[in-house]
Amino acid sequence: MNTKYMNPYLAGFFLGLVLLATIFITGRGLGASGALKSIVVAAVDVVAPAHAESSSFYGNYVGAGKENPLKAWLVFEVAGVLIGAFISGLTTNRLKIVTESGPRVSSRVRWVFALLGGALFGIGAQYARGCTSGAALSGMAVLSTAGFVAMMAIFGAGYALAFFARKLWI
Amino acid sequence: MGPFVPEPISDQLNLLVALLLGIGFGFVLEQAGFSSSRRLAGLFYGYDFTVLRVFFTAAVTAMIGVLLLGYSGLLDTDAIFVNPTWLMPTIVGGAIMGAGFILGGYCPGTSVCAAAIGKIDAMFFVAGGLLGILGFGEVYPLTKEFFESSALGPVRVYESLGISQGLFAFLLIAVAVMAFALTTVIEKRVDPAHAPSLAFKHWKHIAAGAGVVILGGILLFLPDRRSHLIEKVSSPAYQSVLRTDYMDSDELAFRIIDHEPRIQVVDIRTPEEFKTLSLPGSRNIPLRDFFGKESVPVFSQRHVKKVIVGASEDQERAAFGLLRELGYENAAVLRGGIGLFSSTILQPAAFEPTGSRWDADVKKFRAEAKTTLLGMIEESKKAGTKVVKKARKIQGGC
Repeated sequence: MNTKYMNPYLAGFFLGLVLLATIFITGRGLGASGALKSIVVAAVDVVAPAHAESSSFYGNYVGAGKENPLKAWLVFEVAGVLIGAFISGLTTNRLKIVTESGPRVSSRVRWVFALLGGALFGIGAQYARGCTSGAALSGMAVLSTAGFVAMMAIFGAGYALAFFARKLWI
Repeated sequence: MGPFVPEPISDQLNLLVALLLGIGFGFVLEQAGFSSSRRLAGLFYGYDFTVLRVFFTAAVTAMIGVLLLGYSGLLDTDAIFVNPTWLMPTIVGGAIMGAGFILGGYCPGTSVCAAAIGKIDAMFFVAGGLLGILGFGEVYPLTKEFFESSALGPVRVYESLGISQGLFAFLLIAVAVMAFALTTVIEKRVDPAHAPSLAFKHWKHIAAGAGVVILGGILLFLPDRRSHLIEKVSSPAYQSVLRTDYMDSDELAFRIIDHEPRIQVVDIRTPEEFKTLSLPGSRNIPLRDFFGKESVPVFSQRHVKKVIVGASEDQERAAFGLLRELGYENAAVLRGGIGLFSSTILQPAAFEPTGSRWDADVKKFRAEAKTTLLGMIEESKKAGTKVVKKARKIQGGC
């Protein structure tokens, strides 16, 4: 079985083609964080429907006359991502329950920081109206200013903070 | 012509399309190695620039594709979703995401990929993402003002920079190729033993890089098809050799009153102007929308004469030329524009005899036409103005 990763330029080319096909067929780009938002909105709507409807944040997505928030384009797309990644892992023998962490940190520390990093990404993606896929990558493909600003802010902050987080990774 | 949503692909079918495209997205991300947080983090420490290579190659590929499809007319680039910019929130949000990236080792898309193949840390990242959004949702009212600040709308980056689309594309490609070369050097310095070996040979990389830069050079001279055509048909030189068919105000008035089915008034003025005064049965299609999918059924009926109504005859002639360039037939220009039509029929000055033997008939006709037309305009206003079905704006983003 081949467990090597694809040549990055080739992979980038294919990724670009998937994104191009998405724009060509549907007129919109790819995304990820939007699906997480839909899940949160749906969950809040189930647990506390009155709160969801009265909220100025969730209220945009739930309430009378609104579709189920889970019936959203990005939710289906991210479901596809799960399937596609699983197929890729299957064919390359990379399916394995494991925690990946830097050489100097324990699994538990890694989990805490993964949770924290995820939370920050979730918050940041709201302000930037998208994450690395939806705002930066898709935004750059259609030459939107937002895409380039988001890309520079994400990677700029990553580099600026890399020194302080070095123990996590090297 | 793309995009194919909402027509002919319905919203329901679009969800299936989303699933299929998502499968492709996830498969490629995993193949590229984006399911490994250490690999992703390597970007920030110089030991592995895979992310940069994949990310920029993908962005450049898709961008070139969009430009070429747009230029060839296969994709309506005015109909696609362009992420609107909220400048300050995007900078702050991006910085927060950058912090999340370096601490968490993933971004949302890659964490979903990694979770799919069993990475426990990725599952924590996804859970964190959900919690973060929940937290944001709960404090949203406090941050709403900042959240909606510095809204610039769907601006394009080359407009923000004040350069042409082609120049920007060329620069981006050049920067990407230079970054690819530079990062390979850095990788070899930082960790020569483990620097990712690339399957291609050196000269192949150089050839590929040069090829892409040349392609960028071609883009530099490729004007946007719409702007190019509109500029062309608007030039006096073009219009002076264009054989234009005219219709005068009396004939148009007669045919409208007659409810003749074989004419279609196409009003090319702005929607605001159209709102203040529009002829009965007319459709408002500004010049840029001539390229859109919604306009095809209006223009492609050969047996229907498209009577172009605009603020001035020059504008009308440009529209006439554009129809011809786009391959549509059977059009005519309203002589003197809507202004002359108004001053002849709708709010006529005192009738000036031309000395023709029909003067009396013309005068009588115009007086009757005025009453009838004003009545018809009033009626159609009541019924709601008929605008060409504007395709629902495509929603996108996260």
